[in-house]
Amino acid sequence: MTATQEAPGLTKNIDVRPINKPKKPLPFPLSLYQTAVGKKWVMALTGIGIMGFVFAHMIGNLKMYLGAEEYNTYAESLRELLHPIMPKHVVLWVMRFGMIGMFAFHIHSAYTLTLMNRRSKPQRYSRQDYVAANYASRTMRVSGILLAAFLLMHLANLTWGKVLTGKGFVEGEVYANVIHSLEQPLVAALYIVGQLALASHLFHGAWSIFQSLGINNPRYNGLRKGFAYGFTALVCGLNLTFPVAVLAGIVKL
Amino acid sequence: MVLELDSKSPKGDIKDRWDNHRFDMKLVNPNNKRKFDVLVVGTGLAGAAAAASLAQLGYKVKAFTFHDSPRRAHSIAAQGGINAAKNYKNDGDSIYRLFYDTVKGGDFRARESNVYRLAQVSVNIIDQCVAQGVPFAREYGGLLDNRSFGGAQVSRTFYARGQTGQQLLIGAYHALMEQVSKGTVELYTKTELLDVVVKDGVCCGIVTRDLSTGEVRSFNGHAVLLCTGGYSNAFYLSTNAMNCNVTAAWRAHRKGAAFANPCYTQIHPTCIPASDEFQSKLTLMSESLRNDGRIWVPKGFDDNRPADQIPEGERDYYLERKYPAFGNLVPRDVASRNAKTVVDEGRGVGPLKNGVFLDFSDAINRLGEDVVKERYGNLFDMYERITGENPYKVPMRIYPATHYTMGGLWVDYNLMTTIPGLYALGEANFSDHGANRLGASALMQGLADGYFVAPYTIGDYLSKLLGQPPVPVTDPAFAEAEAGLRDEISMWMNVGGTKSVDHYHRELGKIVWDRIGMARDKNGLEKAIAEIPVLREEFRKNVRVLGTPEGINQSLEKVMRVDDFFELAELMARDALHREESCGGHFRVEHQDEEGEAQRDDENFSYVAAWEWKGRGVPQELNKEPLDFEYVHPAKRSYK
Amino acid sequence: MRVTLKIWRQAGPSAAGSFSTYSVDDVKDEMSFLEVLDVLNERLTEAGEEPVAFDSDCREGICGTCGLMINGQAHGPQRGTATCQLHMRTFKDGDEITVEPWKVASFPIMRDLIVNRAPLDAIVEAGGFISADTGGAPDANLIPIPKPVADAAMDAAACIGCGACVAACPNGAGQLFTSAKLAHLNLLPQGQAQRWDRTERMVETMELFFGSCTNHGECQEACPKEISIDFIALMNRDYVRSKVKNRKLIGQSFP
Ligand SMILES: Cc1cc2nc3c(=O)[nH]c(=O)nc-3n(C[C@H](O)[C@H](O)[C@H](O)COP(=O)(O)OP(=O)(O)OC[C@H]3O[C@@H](n4cnc5c(N)ncnc54)[C@H](O)[C@@H]3O)c2cc1C
Ligand code: SF4
Ligand code: FES
Repeated sequence: MTATQEAPGLTKNIDVRPINKPKKPLPFPLSLYQTAVGKKWVMALTGIGIMGFVFAHMIGNLKMYLGAEEYNTYAESLRELLHPIMPKHVVLWVMRFGMIGMFAFHIHSAYTLTLMNRRSKPQRYSRQDYVAANYASRTMRVSGILLAAFLLMHLANLTWGKVLTGKGFVEGEVYANVIHSLEQPLVAALYIVGQLALASHLFHGAWSIFQSLGINNPRYNGLRKGFAYGFTALVCGLNLTFPVAVLAGIVKL
Repeated sequence: MVLELDSKSPKGDIKDRWDNHRFDMKLVNPNNKRKFDVLVVGTGLAGAAAAASLAQLGYKVKAFTFHDSPRRAHSIAAQGGINAAKNYKNDGDSIYRLFYDTVKGGDFRARESNVYRLAQVSVNIIDQCVAQGVPFAREYGGLLDNRSFGGAQVSRTFYARGQTGQQLLIGAYHALMEQVSKGTVELYTKTELLDVVVKDGVCCGIVTRDLSTGEVRSFNGHAVLLCTGGYSNAFYLSTNAMNCNVTAAWRAHRKGAAFANPCYTQIHPTCIPASDEFQSKLTLMSESLRNDGRIWVPKGFDDNRPADQIPEGERDYYLERKYPAFGNLVPRDVASRNAKTVVDEGRGVGPLKNGVFLDFSDAINRLGEDVVKERYGNLFDMYERITGENPYKVPMRIYPATHYTMGGLWVDYNLMTTIPGLYALGEANFSDHGANRLGASALMQGLADGYFVAPYTIGDYLSKLLGQPPVPVTDPAFAEAEAGLRDEISMWMNVGGTKSVDHYHRELGKIVWDRIGMARDKNGLEKAIAEIPVLREEFRKNVRVLGTPEGINQSLEKVMRVDDFFELAELMARDALHREESCGGHFRVEHQDEEGEAQRDDENFSYVAAWEWKGRGVPQELNKEPLDFEYVHPAKRSYK
Repeated sequence: MRVTLKIWRQAGPSAAGSFSTYSVDDVKDEMSFLEVLDVLNERLTEAGEEPVAFDSDCREGICGTCGLMINGQAHGPQRGTATCQLHMRTFKDGDEITVEPWKVASFPIMRDLIVNRAPLDAIVEAGGFISADTGGAPDANLIPIPKPVADAAMDAAACIGCGACVAACPNGAGQLFTSAKLAHLNLLPQGQAQRWDRTERMVETMELFFGSCTNHGECQEACPKEISIDFIALMNRDYVRSKVKNRKLIGQSFP
């Protein structure tokens, strides 16, 4: 059977209709994206990509503690990645498009899968006591939406320099821009909330990746949760130090 | 008219009978098979195996079950294992030995040819199941593990943890679903057979009720297979699933199929005793517990002290006392009867004084708690979950409960009942276990019938029908049966009584258990024959079925089943009364020796009692199929 | 003791349902939860009210017929047991107990607490078998199976098809059931020939009826046989592999 097949025969006298329509199969590997298990793979793979970005971003930002010069050089070097092999900015743009693609797939698959889940569960129980599902796992959609909003805010704030820039935004003066933004308590608070949403999302997502990709071996399964918790703590913990450090005046102009 | 009970048992050397018979039977050409409709009722081991195998051969099969999925049949509950004469352990097992043990275990009341065939095909069953992916227990080397079971002296029992029945049924269910996916089997779930249609003396179809919608509908076919399980629930409390019933077999009986040996019922000694009058069913615990547990009751009557306060000297280890050689490991019927004796004497234990102790303290002292836990841990957990008592600290309480019924529809060597075209397979027939079934042999029989016997023997019958279309469902025979069922349904809906169906089922169960239970006597049986019709009259006048006949109506489903149990119970009593001997699961108090051992009467009762329906309110007529024993010579069972 | 039961009543598949409250006294610790419903039903019948329809059969946790949402948990608060194995000693005098049927779109409620779980059979029908027609099987000991493999297959095969995993899942996903059925067959040497085809068919049939897994792990907690979500991981891996493998097989048939 392929994904095109009609609703299965079932028993002769009982009529149960599928809630999801069978799809016309596209050629491999697109056919993978037509199924929920395949979409979970896409979510997991894009998740890994985004995690890699988040991790690198966090490491890069640690340069903040080394002072304005180091930090600005680091920011500039991003634009010159693989330069002079490639023209300036090209690699950065390729990476940017990659990121945009990953986010798009991650969000689109989450969206379509959510619709599928809603169809499967139109009626709630009058009461449901969860045993395993935790706050993080049940709020993936909320934390996801929060993260998307945070991301837009962050881009508008420090990449495009359009909003919440405080004393002013100067292209290329990355170190100063960061401090001008984060020294405003409200903005710092937004960054902190964003990091908490990230922590919640990663807490479940980083573990979930293994499960979705089927990376499973009873001997190492304990490590999967450990990795997820460790990664979340590391990335979000260190990210949280930035607004705090600026507010506390540890990082200053 | 007296029935002609021709067993069709082949002659010649027992080893060659099945092979010769298979050769002698007519075949249906592969291209003609699809011209035959076969209805399989029941999708337990016997039914699922038969439906799948027949469909593989090319017949057009319809399968019916009242469950919502074939996988829920009662076979799923079997725990212990399945026998097969594989001799993988090199401990001297053979087809002949399995045959011998089964005939002897059945107390010489089974047909030798059938039993030999069962032992023969047992070997193929294991191969078939492994090929289907049944995850039997294995040894570290990767080969199949075996254990000894039910007092057998060889290890021939294959098992899958404590879930053998489940795994075998899932294997058969998978095979069935494969055929469903190919369109060769049409599956009707939640569909209960409520009548068998017979035209000109030949079975031509069935009438069913759809349990979800209430629709009454007929199905026609060239042959009908009843694989509908046993009737232990006539006792109300038994280890069988709540919905097991005799209705299919009984309605076939009313249409002319002889019912054989209804009094042969098996009582299992190690079940958890009932805790109150609302108890709905009893839970079986593996017999293996008797390997290490010691059974006892207080010596004194009405002793209310907790077990640990009864000193050693005031305990009566009655099995060890009476049967020094076998002790706690005596066969099921002996262990059960002795438990009943001490409880009836007033020495029972537990809040309702309805059990005996099964004590592991010696085993724990001797082997350590760890070893005991390893051997019986999951059983102990199950016991604790049900009773709230910790068997590592206080002795378990056990009591016998009805477990299996050896009696059933009479069938010949081809598994055909006395109605041509109507077959009975699995626990629903009477064929292979005589008066007593050995542990781990029911699963074997169900699968043997379904996979390896019926698919051949049906061909022989069908080959003669080539070119005849099935009787159409528009035939008056169907219309009449449907009308009869509709009338019956509306009768029940309109009784307008006051008491629930369960109430009457429970009352009936008490009579059956007290009078037709583990130990029977003339007086009690006569009382039962008098009491059952009285209670049944009251039941028919005073039962209350609410709701409508359309849609799900569980009271309506039950009321018809219980009504059939009433008639069956009466026949059980009559059969037990006429059989003036003790054999296997049938123990007549009048027929025991000085030491309380069962006394068989081979001279007068070496026959199958096949009862013929004579109409409502008229006692059935007894027909006898004599039994010959050419190979295993009747001897007394002794466990001293 | 006395308990109050808040039970979902619904006259038929298309009727609207609502809760009715009943109180039952004289409940004993030893009674099973379903026996309390039996008692309630007898009293309702005697009082002229239609009994509550609920399904059960074996009453020992193996047939998978029973299944109720009790106090917001599939099969009730006790771990690793089916509804029929729940005893009243888990509750206290005066407790109010909420009883609901499984509520999942593909398990339509037939009446009161009974749902139709036919989609689970449909998933099996799609490929949950090893094709081995009766008669042709080789000797059972011809292919040795390492004990750990047989044990793992048995762990998966223990599934009783009750549907609690779907019922407990916030997404109404059928992953635990399907993966258990798949793992049973996919782990055994006998199941290899159809492995990729089977995986593809069963997963895609599952997706016609159920939601998608977000790895909550709620199913594993509800499962009366404590089947592990590790099997879901195995299924996810096998599914994507099946897409690749099946393409290869097709390629081989056009040389
Ligand atoms: C607790 C327990 C443990 C056991 N352990 C063992 C063991 O270890 N070893 C062993 O060998 N045996 C054991 N047995 C016995 C064995 O399980 C049964 O004898 C055997 O499984 C019966 O199989 P079957 O196919 O004949 O019937 P069942 O499995 O009972 O199937 C009956 C089928 O018929 C259907 N049906 C019935 N009536 C109708 C109707 N009117 N209309 C439509 N469908 C109908 C049902 O839906 C079901 O599908 C045990 C039994 C019990 C109770
Ligand atoms: S996986 Fe567990 S919860 Fe799901 S159907 Fe099987 S036994 Fe029930
Ligand atoms: S009734 Fe069989 S599992 Fe509960």
